[in-house]
Amino acid sequence: MPIDYQPLLLTFKLALITTIGLVVIGIPIAALLAQSRSRLKSVVEALVSMPLVLPPSVLGFYLLLSFSPAHFLGHTLQSVFNLRLVFSFSGLVIGSMIYSLPFMVHPVQGGLESLPASLREASYTLGKSKTETFFKVLLPNIKPALITGIVLTFAHTLGEFGLVLMIGGNLPGVTRVASIAIYDAAESLDFHAANVYSAILLVISFITLLVVYLVNKHLAKKRLAI
Amino acid sequence: MIRINIRKKLNTGGPSPGLIIDTEIADHSFTALYGPSGAGKTSILRILTGLMQPEEGMIEVDGETWFNSQRKINLPPQKRNAGLVFQDYALFPNMSVKENLLFASAQKDAELLQQMLRITGLTEFQDQKPHLLSGGQKQRVALARALMRKPALLLLDEPLSALDQQTRIQLRQELRQLHQENNLTTLLVSHDKPEIYTLADQVISIDKGTIIRSGTFAEVFGSAPSNALTLRGEVLRINQTLTNYTADILTGDQIMTIPLTRDLAKTLVPGEKVTLTFQLDGTVIQKLS
Repeated sequence: MPIDYQPLLLTFKLALITTIGLVVIGIPIAALLAQSRSRLKSVVEALVSMPLVLPPSVLGFYLLLSFSPAHFLGHTLQSVFNLRLVFSFSGLVIGSMIYSLPFMVHPVQGGLESLPASLREASYTLGKSKTETFFKVLLPNIKPALITGIVLTFAHTLGEFGLVLMIGGNLPGVTRVASIAIYDAAESLDFHAANVYSAILLVISFITLLVVYLVNKHLAKKRLAI
Repeated sequence: MIRINIRKKLNTGGPSPGLIIDTEIADHSFTALYGPSGAGKTSILRILTGLMQPEEGMIEVDGETWFNSQRKINLPPQKRNAGLVFQDYALFPNMSVKENLLFASAQKDAELLQQMLRITGLTEFQDQKPHLLSGGQKQRVALARALMRKPALLLLDEPLSALDQQTRIQLRQELRQLHQENNLTTLLVSHDKPEIYTLADQVISIDKGTIIRSGTFAEVFGSAPSNALTLRGEVLRINQTLTNYTADILTGDQIMTIPLTRDLAKTLVPGEKVTLTFQLDGTVIQKLS
């Protein structure tokens, strides 16, 4: 039986969109947390880190409930935006973004916190706004942390299973990602397909992580990292 | 003219009344802020630049109000025309020397850039990243970068403390020259008396958050000319011959042999700290209590 590569393509599409989404919302969250001295900081930090300790099925269960048209959020999204998040690809993207949030926020926040405060202050005394300081001084000096965040988010999304199963199900071409396809193939005793999917995921995950460590080592050598 | 009159609580613990500063700094003067660590010197620089906010008071620079708690004026650091040279230089590691300097110039003034690079002797290093520079070169970049904004007030936070002796002496001269050529008003935080003596024409001495003395170097440090020289040292060895006693004493990195009376020789032990006073009419050695 020929192998269906669609689940793999779907997995990479999901990982890519999730990573782009988290660059856009995860970096500002990390920046706010790195600078904040508010008492709420710990609460937000705990919330961001929740996906690290919760079983994905718990997260998936609550997302399933809230996305369901029978409940307020799902109903509003469906009636106002005609957006259905259960058993759909957009639902998977939102779920994955929540699930991988700590993998983007933690390295970037750590990178920003380890920069000497004097860099930011020097930029302010040279007349530069907070935004300009952030993009021209702070971000360029935490490249290793940024790369780590981006790659970990991508790699982590590749391996998602429980959450997808809960809110996405197993719709070919829509929500059947590689991890689900492996489970499905093994269940139906199609070990050849399961083997191919698993091996590809294994190799790609290893290569992705290897690239992070090599790049960070190179950057540390060039001492772009401080 | 710079007028400062501020109060600020300091988180140093203890019953400290905090920082209470009321002083004026004349235009184009080179003023040193002197005092022990924790006296509040760096806090004053941070308050002047707007990186730290006093509870009450006012700061006025050349007639422009930078801070006034009653009138609720508090210019952000970006709007205060002050150049601060940080103790750790705070050079941007992602930018070359040239880029660091140009970053500070809103108009990207290429002519000023070349002038600054020339004055600080950095022209040939302009394309290097800061981590490749020596301490003295980093300090020059930090200084040149602060000057790129043509500040009304130049603030230096122990700028030479991390450098070796030779570089320090050379940079002192350059600082003095830059100050004069650019008609700057400069405020220098330092606890190095030779540095203050060679650079500053006014000294403000601070302890525990308040000004304890201000004026010229002589007025603040009371260095009336004296005919005696006092050194501190450590007894290394007591030598006894048939007729007299001497002590080998280490001062700095020199060992001196000083004659002793018999009585003193009996009471001194190696390792003891002493002062040596050399006067025109003889040497006096005394135990440090």
